[in-house]
Amino acid sequence: MSEASNAARGSQDDGAPLVDVRGLTFGYAAAPVVEDVDLRVDRGEYVGIVGPNGSGKSTLLRLVLGLHEPDAGSAELLGHPARAFAERERVGYVAQDVTEDEKRMPITVSEVVLMGRFPHAGFGRVTAADRDRVRDALATVGIEHLADRKITALSGGQRQRTYIARALAGEAELLVLDEPTVGVDAESVDAFFDLLDGLVDDGITVLLVEHDIGAVIEHASRVVCLNREVYFDGDPAAFAESDALDRAYGTNIRREEGGIVT
Amino acid sequence: MISAAAAAVSSVLLLSAPFDLLSRLVGLWSDGLGWVGDRLGIAMLEYVFMHHAFLVGALIAVMAPLIGTFLVHRQLALIGDALAHTAFAGVAVGLFVNSLLGTGISPYVTAIVVAVIAALAIELIAETTDAYNDVSMAIVLSTGFALGAVLISLNTGGLAVGINQYLFGNLSTVSRENAVLLIVLFAIVSLVVTVTYKQLLYVTFDETAARVAGINVPWYNRLMTTLTALVVVGAMQIMGVILVAAMLVVPVAAAAQLARGFREALLASVVLAQIAVVAGITLSFNYNTTAGGTIVLVAVGVYIVAVLAGKVQSRRASDEVPERVGGARRAADEGTAERPTDD
Repeated sequence: MSEASNAARGSQDDGAPLVDVRGLTFGYAAAPVVEDVDLRVDRGEYVGIVGPNGSGKSTLLRLVLGLHEPDAGSAELLGHPARAFAERERVGYVAQDVTEDEKRMPITVSEVVLMGRFPHAGFGRVTAADRDRVRDALATVGIEHLADRKITALSGGQRQRTYIARALAGEAELLVLDEPTVGVDAESVDAFFDLLDGLVDDGITVLLVEHDIGAVIEHASRVVCLNREVYFDGDPAAFAESDALDRAYGTNIRREEGGIVT
Repeated sequence: MISAAAAAVSSVLLLSAPFDLLSRLVGLWSDGLGWVGDRLGIAMLEYVFMHHAFLVGALIAVMAPLIGTFLVHRQLALIGDALAHTAFAGVAVGLFVNSLLGTGISPYVTAIVVAVIAALAIELIAETTDAYNDVSMAIVLSTGFALGAVLISLNTGGLAVGINQYLFGNLSTVSRENAVLLIVLFAIVSLVVTVTYKQLLYVTFDETAARVAGINVPWYNRLMTTLTALVVVGAMQIMGVILVAAMLVVPVAAAAQLARGFREALLASVVLAQIAVVAGITLSFNYNTTAGGTIVLVAVGVYIVAVLAGKVQSRRASDEVPERVGGARRAADEGTAERPTDD
């Protein structure tokens, strides 16, 4: 299984953090979207980033992934500067569903998952071993019976599993998720977080941006609360007790019986 | 001096040894079709230009939907139209230069040069303004057509004669040289798409995820647009400037109604385009109608049939709704049926 080989590769590492962000500042025009952010994610962690809308969560992820050049500070990914990071197959990325809106492209679930093998294959041919990986990944996320379905015929939750499977097929060690449960029904969201828990148990490191604070507190091993700068970084239970939430969100926060709602 | 250089360039482009070989291949194809026509008593196959037309048509019906499938699913269907109009400017440049300097450069060669430059300009505009939009396409489209119209009107006497064949396409002017040019374009386009298929597919499906996967997205966008320029110029001969973009779009739209997968869609769009081209050329010959228009009308007919067939297909498929997905390692088939929540 891919998880086993991830663990093997992990043990060969020198213990460098998978994500190492220091003094990171980035802005469009003059206004910084993230300012002086430090974030370190070690192997095996499950870090959830929460914060109000427009707090720079997604921008921080894009900086971590090397999609933007920081204005100040540094972002390292698996020990390399994120902008120059080349071993792309080691990082899996799941965002809000791209097929959600106007995308009507005919493409099957297994074709999408096979994309996870593309960084391995380069310009070469896709091999039988690649297809085996795809099958394993589909089985891990529990949708092997949907392999030949058109992706637009799937539910939101099934589509997000497809993108997770794509990352697993690529043997990703670090899974970066940007609000993956937007547009997914409540029941499938629960199953989705159960799936992530299972992957973390298998040794995959997770960095998650999520609007559902309750889910992050319940599942993540560490919470980072962001609103341009870091308001909290630590234990989920301690976060639930702290006033970081109120400070980061201003007055918009309500604490209700069943959890915290924004 | 200039004309000597231009003549040298065109001789390198069109009179070298590979050209001779391809030219001989076209001759063999022509002999073959002539023989078949003879045996089966098919009148239109008595004409050499029809042999060339069917060869060129078949090549167009592979490469146009091949490129078109990537374009349509990036919602860039209009780009073919924009590049066709700049290719028209290229034709005008070629005719203008020829009449001015007395050279014999093929207008298709200048069309390729101008269209590729326009393709890269469109990408540059898109990259620097950080957005594709209808406005920039429309600007490129009208600039190309305006430039072509002005160049032609500058030198009306010698030029206006042949212009219709570029605007609307013409079967009877497909020469052996044109057929060879098409074979070269076809080889370039299919080779590049075969080698970069994975990257193009990833970029088409999800640009951000493609970037995270380490794919140089701007580079592949430029590549795609350049290939589009090549296809458009190649197809212009038969389809004409005004209708060439239809070959990039209509068979692809039809295939999308029927296919589940991307590879399947590519294959289906090529098959449907072949049907449109063969039927269109045949009808065009028999009823003496313009080739481009006839092919497009057949293609639209095929599209309508595909839409209807797709409806039937999806009605049948809605009987078997997707099952619910259980927990990570739970057996997937334990859940009860559930409709997709957000389609």
